[in-house]
Amino acid sequence: MSGVGGLADATPVTGAPAAAELEGVRIAFPGSRPKDAPFVAVEGANLRVADGEFLAIVGPTGCGKSTLLNAAAGLLVPAAGNVRIFGAPLAGLNRQAGYLFQAEALFPWKTVLDNVSIGLEIAGVSAAEAKARSQDWLKRVGLGAFGERYPHMLSGGQRKRVGLAQVLIRDPKILLMDEPFGPLDAQTRQIMGNLLLDLWSLDRKAVMFVTHDLDEAIALADRVVIMSAGPASRIIGEWRVNLERPRDIAEVRLTPEFHALHREIWGALREEVVKGYRQTEGAA
Amino acid sequence: MRLLSSRPVLFALQLLVAVAIIGIWHIGSTWKVPAGLISQKSFFLLDPFFFSTPVAVFERTWKDFATGVIWYHLGITLLETALAFAIGAAGGVVIGFWFARRRIVAAVFDPYVKMANALPRVVLAPIFALWLGLGIWSKVALGVSLVFFIVFFNVYQGVKEVSPTVLNNARMLGMSERQLLRHVYWPSALTWMFSSLHTSVGFALVGAVVGEYLGSAAGLGYRIHQAEGVFDVTGVFSGMLVLAVFVILIDAVVTVIENRLTVWRPTVPAGH
Ligand SMILES: Nc1ncnc2c1ncn2[C@@H]1O[C@H](COP(=O)(O)OP(=O)(O)OP(=O)(O)O)[C@@H](O)[C@H]1O
Ligand SMILES: [Mg+2]
Repeated sequence: MSGVGGLADATPVTGAPAAAELEGVRIAFPGSRPKDAPFVAVEGANLRVADGEFLAIVGPTGCGKSTLLNAAAGLLVPAAGNVRIFGAPLAGLNRQAGYLFQAEALFPWKTVLDNVSIGLEIAGVSAAEAKARSQDWLKRVGLGAFGERYPHMLSGGQRKRVGLAQVLIRDPKILLMDEPFGPLDAQTRQIMGNLLLDLWSLDRKAVMFVTHDLDEAIALADRVVIMSAGPASRIIGEWRVNLERPRDIAEVRLTPEFHALHREIWGALREEVVKGYRQTEGAA
Repeated sequence: MRLLSSRPVLFALQLLVAVAIIGIWHIGSTWKVPAGLISQKSFFLLDPFFFSTPVAVFERTWKDFATGVIWYHLGITLLETALAFAIGAAGGVVIGFWFARRRIVAAVFDPYVKMANALPRVVLAPIFALWLGLGIWSKVALGVSLVFFIVFFNVYQGVKEVSPTVLNNARMLGMSERQLLRHVYWPSALTWMFSSLHTSVGFALVGAVVGEYLGSAAGLGYRIHQAEGVFDVTGVFSGMLVLAVFVILIDAVVTVIENRLTVWRPTVPAGH
C-alpha cells in the first residue's frame, strides 16, 4: 500500500532475529468445571516484533491481548506453537522482558522509591547505588518528590508512572505493556503517552503495547496489529504507521494521514468489536 | 458532629460513662432504700456483700499496689502472656508458611487442624497442668494453643492471597523463590498477622489468666480465684479492675506497634 499507512509486508527483510516472535501460538485455559472442554483463548497467533520496533496490539475486550503478552513473557506456556526471543526458544520466564501489567502490580508495602529500586537490588546492585538510580528514574517520570510515599498515597496515573520506572530501570530489551494507561483520563493518557515516547526514543527497545484504544495505538506505534474477537482469537490485520517521529500524541491525531489510517483500521476492527460485545452478552 | 468527634470531647464523654457507672454502683451499694418505701425492710439496691462498693474496691487496689504484693502477680501474668504470644506467633508463622507453600501438606492436615481448633481450650488446661506442672508453663501452653491458630490461619491466608499480579510482577522483575519469600510472601503474611494482633495478644492474656484461675500459685487469675474462694467480693472486683486496666495498657502498646508496622496501609479517614 502507498502513503503513510498500509498493510505491512508479511516478512520484514532484516536478517537479525525478531526481538520476540510468536508462531502458531495456541493458548487454552481449563474449563471452570473439570468436565468442561478447555477454553481456547488464542489460536494460531503469529506475531513478531523487531528489535527497536514499537508494536501496538489492538482488539476487542476479552479477545486475548493480555494472554498473548503473558505468553511472550513466559508466564503462560502455549499449548501449541513457538515463542522465540531473539531467535532462541523461550523456556521459563522471559528474562529479557520488562512487563507493565494491566492491573495494579506495585508492592503496596514498599515505598515508591523501594518499589523502583527493588529490581536492581535483587540483581545484586548495592543498596546505595540502587537508591540513587531509582531517585533518578523517579525524577524522569516526574515523581522526584514522591519517593517516600506508599503506592496507596498516589493517584492512578502516578502509580502507572512508578510502574514504568520500576520496569525501565532494569533496562529490559523488550518492553511488554498491557493497557498501561487504561484507567486514566484522556489528558493524563496523552501526557503519559508523550512521556513513554520520550523515554522510548532514548534507546528504542522493542515494545509490545496492548491497548483497546485505536487512536492511542496509531499515535504511539510503528506498527499496529488487530486481533479478532475470541474465542480462538488470532491476529487478523497489520498496518505500518509511517508518521514521522518525534511525535506529539495530541498533534499527530490532527493530521490527515492519521485520519486516513484510523478509518482504514477501524473499518476492519469495528466488526470484531461488535462481535466481541455480543459474545460477552451471550455468555452472561 | 465535628465537635463531638474531636479528641478531648470524646475522652470527656468516655469518662462520663465511667463516672455514671461508678456513681450508680456507689449509690446502689451505700444508700439504703428506707423501710416502707418499696418493701417492709430497708435494703441496698446493690447489696455490698455481692457487689462490694467502689470505694472499697479502689481502696483494696490501692493497698495492693502500695504494699507491692500485686506487682509480682502482674509480672507473672505479663511473662506468661508474652511467652504465649511469642511462641504461638512464631509457630503460627512457620507452620502457616509451610502449609501455604506446600499444598499437599495443607490438604493432609486440613481435617486435623480444624479438629484441633474446634476444641474448647479450657478442657486442655488440666492436661497441660498435668504435663507441665502448676508453674507458668502450663499457662503459657494454654495461651499458645489459642494464639497459634489465630496467627496460623492469618499467615496461611496472607501467603495464599497475595495478588497474582503482584506475584507475577515480582517474578518478571527477576526475583528468585527466596527473594519472593522475603519481598512478597513475608510482608503479605505479616499484614494479615498484624490485622489480628489485637485478637491474638488478647487471647494470649486470656490463656494465661484462665490457666492461673484453674490452678496455680501466682498471677492475676490466681488472685481472683483466691478471693472468690473466701467470698471476698472486693478482692474479686479489685482483681478484675487491675486486669481490665492491664488489658487496656497492653492494647495501647499493640496499637502503637501496629501503627509503626503498617504505615503503608491506607487508613480510613476518621470521623468526618
Ligand atoms: N485464567 C483464566 N482461566 C480461564 N479463562 C481465562 C483466563 N484468563 C483469561 N481467560 C479468558 O481468555 C480470554 C482472553 O483474556 P485476556 O485477559 O487475554 O483478554 P484481553 O484481550 O486482555 O481483554 P481486556 O481488553 O478486557 O483486558 C477471555 O475470554 C478470558 O475470559
Ligand atoms: Mg487484558
